[in-house]
Order: sequence, then C-alpha cells, then structure tokens
Amino acid sequence: MMTSAETGQPPVAIAVRDLTVAYNDQPVLWDIDLDVPAGVLMAIVGPNGAGKTTLIKAVLNLVRPAAGSVEILGQSYRQSRDKVGYVPQRGSVDWDFPTSVLDVVQMGRYGALGWIRRPGPRDRELALQALEKVSMRDFADRQISQLSGGQQQRVFLARALVQDAQVYLMDEPFQGVDATTERAIITLLKDLRTAGKTVVCVHHDLQTVPDYFDWVALLNVRKIASGPVSEVYNDTNLRLAYGGRVAFLSRDSAAPATAQSVPEED
Amino acid sequence: MLSLTAGQMEVQIVAIVVAVACALVGVFLVLRQMAMMSDAITHSILPGIVVAFFLVQDLSSPFLIIAAAATGVLTVSLVELLNRTRLVREDAAIGIVFPALFSIGVILIARFAGGIHLDLDVVLLGEIAFVPFNRTTLFGVDLGPTALVMMTIILIINLLFITLFYKELKLATFDAGLAAALGFSPALIHYGLMSLVSVTAVGAFDAVGAILVVALIVGPPVTSYLLTDRLWVMLALSAGIGVLIAVSGYWMARGLDASIAGSMATMTGVIFMVAYLLAPGRGLIALAFRRRRQRWEFAGTMLAIHLLNHEGLPSAEQENRVDHLQEHLNWDSDFAERAVRHAERHQTVVRQNRHLYLTEKGRQRAREAIVR
Repeated sequence: MMTSAETGQPPVAIAVRDLTVAYNDQPVLWDIDLDVPAGVLMAIVGPNGAGKTTLIKAVLNLVRPAAGSVEILGQSYRQSRDKVGYVPQRGSVDWDFPTSVLDVVQMGRYGALGWIRRPGPRDRELALQALEKVSMRDFADRQISQLSGGQQQRVFLARALVQDAQVYLMDEPFQGVDATTERAIITLLKDLRTAGKTVVCVHHDLQTVPDYFDWVALLNVRKIASGPVSEVYNDTNLRLAYGGRVAFLSRDSAAPATAQSVPEED
Repeated sequence: MLSLTAGQMEVQIVAIVVAVACALVGVFLVLRQMAMMSDAITHSILPGIVVAFFLVQDLSSPFLIIAAAATGVLTVSLVELLNRTRLVREDAAIGIVFPALFSIGVILIARFAGGIHLDLDVVLLGEIAFVPFNRTTLFGVDLGPTALVMMTIILIINLLFITLFYKELKLATFDAGLAAALGFSPALIHYGLMSLVSVTAVGAFDAVGAILVVALIVGPPVTSYLLTDRLWVMLALSAGIGVLIAVSGYWMARGLDASIAGSMATMTGVIFMVAYLLAPGRGLIALAFRRRRQRWEFAGTMLAIHLLNHEGLPSAEQENRVDHLQEHLNWDSDFAERAVRHAERHQTVVRQNRHLYLTEKGRQRAREAIVR
C-alpha cells in the first residue's frame, strides 16, 4: 500500500481494510478492501443484499465487523466522528414523529453540541441556512409528516449539511424522489465535491452512475471493483456484480456518457 | 359535598403525582412503539419486589424499588435477547417473558408470603385509598404518605432526566442510527429510559396497581399524540391529561362509590375516546368534515376542468349544460346540482339559463389542477 505522500495523490478519505461483517454466521461483506480518495463523489452499486448499506454502517461503526478495520481521514471513526456526515435511508425513521422540519435539521448539530447542551440561536441559523440550500426554508415550521418523499430527502440532506463534515455517507439519497429533487440533490452533491468534501452514496440507478459520479465501487458481498468510473464502470464488472442479469447496460458506446451529464455550476 | 378531608386530599395528590410521572415516561415509550413494554415491565417487576421483600422484610424499603427496577431492565434485556435471535418477534417475546416472570412472582407470594400485605388484588389494582395510612416521618416530622414521598421523588427524577436529556431522547427515538453515529449511545439512552420506566412502575404500582400503571403510561401519550405535533407540547399535554385523569377518576370513584384505580383507568379510556372523536385535525369528526369538503372541492375541480376543455369550442354549447353533466361526468342529477351550487358559491362557475361558464378564478383553478 502506497501512502499519498509517495504517490502525490490526494489523501485517502476512507480506508477499509479486510472488512468482514456477518449477521450470525451469514457473511454480508467478505474481506472488503476499499480506498476512497478525498474529494471524490462515489457511488456504491450492487444488487439487493450485496451489503451496500452494511458497508456504510460498518464505516460509521453502527455494525460490529467480524474482522477488519476502517479509517476515516487516517483516524478511527471514534476520533473522526465530527468530520463525518450521515444520511440514513429515508424509510429508516418514523415520519409521524411529533417534530418540525427545522428541528430535524438541527439534529445535525447535536454532535457538535455534545451531551445535555441544547441548540441555540446559532444552531437555528445554521439549520435555516442549510434548509435554504435545499430550497426548503419555507417549510421550516412544517410538521415532518406533511412532507413528500422528495422533501423528506431534502430535509435529511440539510441535516447532513449542518454537520459540516469532511466525509459524507448517504444511503440511497435518490430513493423515491422526483426528477426535480434528483437534479437538486445531485447539484448539491457536486457542490460538496467542489468544496473538497468526499461524498459516498449507495446508489441504485445504474444508468445515472456515469453522469452523477466520478468514482464507483461495485459490490456483491465481495468487492468486485472500485476506482474511477471511466476505468472500472464497464459491462464486465457489472456482470460480475449482478450476475447475468444486466441487459440494461447496453449504453451507446459511441456517445460518451459525459455528454448527458448535468452541467456544472462553476 | 365537594369538601375533602386531609386524607382524601392526599389520595388525590398521590393520584396526580403518579399519573404525571407515568405520562411523562410514557411519551417516549409510545413514540418508540414500545407501549406494550410497559405492560411487560409492570408485571414482571413482581418477582423482583417479592425477592427483595424476603431479603429485607420491609415493604417500604427503597431496596424494593431498586430490585424491582433491576427486574424491569432484566425483562427488557430478555425480550431483546429473544428478539435478536430472530426466532421470536418482539411482541411474541414480550408475551413469553413477562408472564414467565410474573407467574414466578405469583407463586412466590402464594407459597411464602400468604400472610402479608403483598396480595394479588393489590398487585393488580392497588389500593390508593389506603395510601394516607402508611406515612413517612423524618426526624419526627410527618412528611406525608409514604407513597406520596416516594412518587414525588420519582417524578422529580423523571423530570430531571427528561429535561437534561431531552435532545438525546428525541434524537435516539427519532433516528437511533444518527444518534449512534454522532456518539450518543442509543443503548445507554434506551436502558436509561427503561430503568426510569421500571422505577416509575414500581413506585406507582403500590398505589394504583399494575393495570392502572399501564393505562397511565400509555393513555395520556396516545391521547396527546392526537392533539399536537410537537414533542414538548406532547410532553406537557400528557402531563396535563394525567392530572385530568387523576382528578376526574377520583371524583367518579367518589360519585359511584367504586374503586379509584378502576375509575381512573376508565377515565383514561373516556378521555382518549373524546380526543379520538374531537381532536382538531386528526379526530374522526374533523376527518369526516375534511373528506366531505374534499369531495365537493374535487367535484368543483372536475367541473372546472370539464368546462375548460370545451371552452370556446363548438361542443361547448352541448357540454356546459347542467343536465349534460350526468352523462359526461357520471354524476346523478342531484349530485350535479349540488356540485354546481358549490362551485357557484366558490365563484369558479356562473350559471346563465342552464348553461355554465367558467369565471377567471375557475379557469385558473382548472389550469393549476391540470399542471399539477
């Protein structure tokens, strides 16, 4: 393993070493080695049950690995916790919980506040700014059960934004959102990358991977491949990850995938 | 008639303190979808109380509370242990664990404690009316009924815990994953809360019995959940409803000369039903009204779209007649007449000799509906 100093490459944001996670004796992730360079926008793709969510949870120390280790920005998760933002699956929480949009976004500040201390005017202001970035400021006082799926996802993103992290881990941020929200989210993610953040998303839509992401990991219990999308995102690897079930990948090779990409803001 | 003796006043105050203490912890149990865990805890603490009683031979010893609380936490752990094996679901696990522990308590009492105050009626229903007879004195000063002193301390602990860890409780309840990722151990918060529920249950148990404890832990939160969508309001409302249950239950018992605990449990149900029917926004009546209104609003929109589609076309002459709505929108003549009247009232449509014309407002509404 070369260090970044030797190669002159950007430092590694997430380094996963020999990670194995098992539920009872059923392995969900087998011996994963994965380097996520700092400053990339990375997709984790793979079929259902491939362990994508588990990988994110293992990085966040939410599941206990049977073997292996994870380092974030060269430190253990415990040490680098305040540099990591997390967007769980939208369906993982109860949206009938009695609280407002602003309150949910402020939860992103709880890590910085620590135990017992309550959010103050500054936290409120940061939360409102984050809501502004996802075009949800007008919804600040709404009860969260009144939101559509796309709005819920924006609120979760705003909550991650107020964490002001270096590394973001997102579990299916595009799940069940409409096209407008999808565009808004990808613009936001690209802005984060421009700002030097590292963003890792569990992603399901194989078609949009080349447009949205510059780095990809293909997963199916084992790691199939990882690296720049232009190098590793090909039929061979997809077939390895998904078995023979990938008919959809007959992308027109004459038209480079980047031709359809969302124009960057800058 | 409404005058109370000092003893009756004390009974009433104990009922209030018990109800508020239960209602506060209940909010988090209900939001965590663990309402039935209160049933498990209130029953399974019995063997804890019995064993502790054998050890200290004193029913009012604080050691009993600690032992019972430990049994409560043990219950929660056992349920979770069973649940984690993935062989038994949580509700079934609760159904296995608490009757097992409760029945051990029942056998212990029947076999070894027949002669003492620990009898099963009291366990299930409590006897709050006898509360004033068992008093606590400190340095010769009468502090009041033991149950009141105990429950006041427990209420203060609950208030402190919820006030201090409000933010942590909220986060761990809403999104345990993020709580863990941010370094707030959800397990610690969970067991903290469960200990609190156990302690509250033991304290309340002696005064009001196991069944009313469940009613007081679950009833006020589910009622207030219908009335608000803010957590702190839900906590305050739950406490308020607890007070209401205590007072109204007490007076109902007095009026009917019935069991106070039973009357309080009944009032819990009555108050829930009233909220269920009348709650603004979520109650049955509000829902029925909203559905009715939406029905007419939808009919009005359909009418506006129909008129807009034919506006300015030769077919308009035919299509915009009231009696044609039956054919074209599948409305019977009565419904069509009422829908048109509703639309006229809302100024989206005007009627001139049986012909209908869209107003500017109606046109706009139809266009908006189509675009969406």
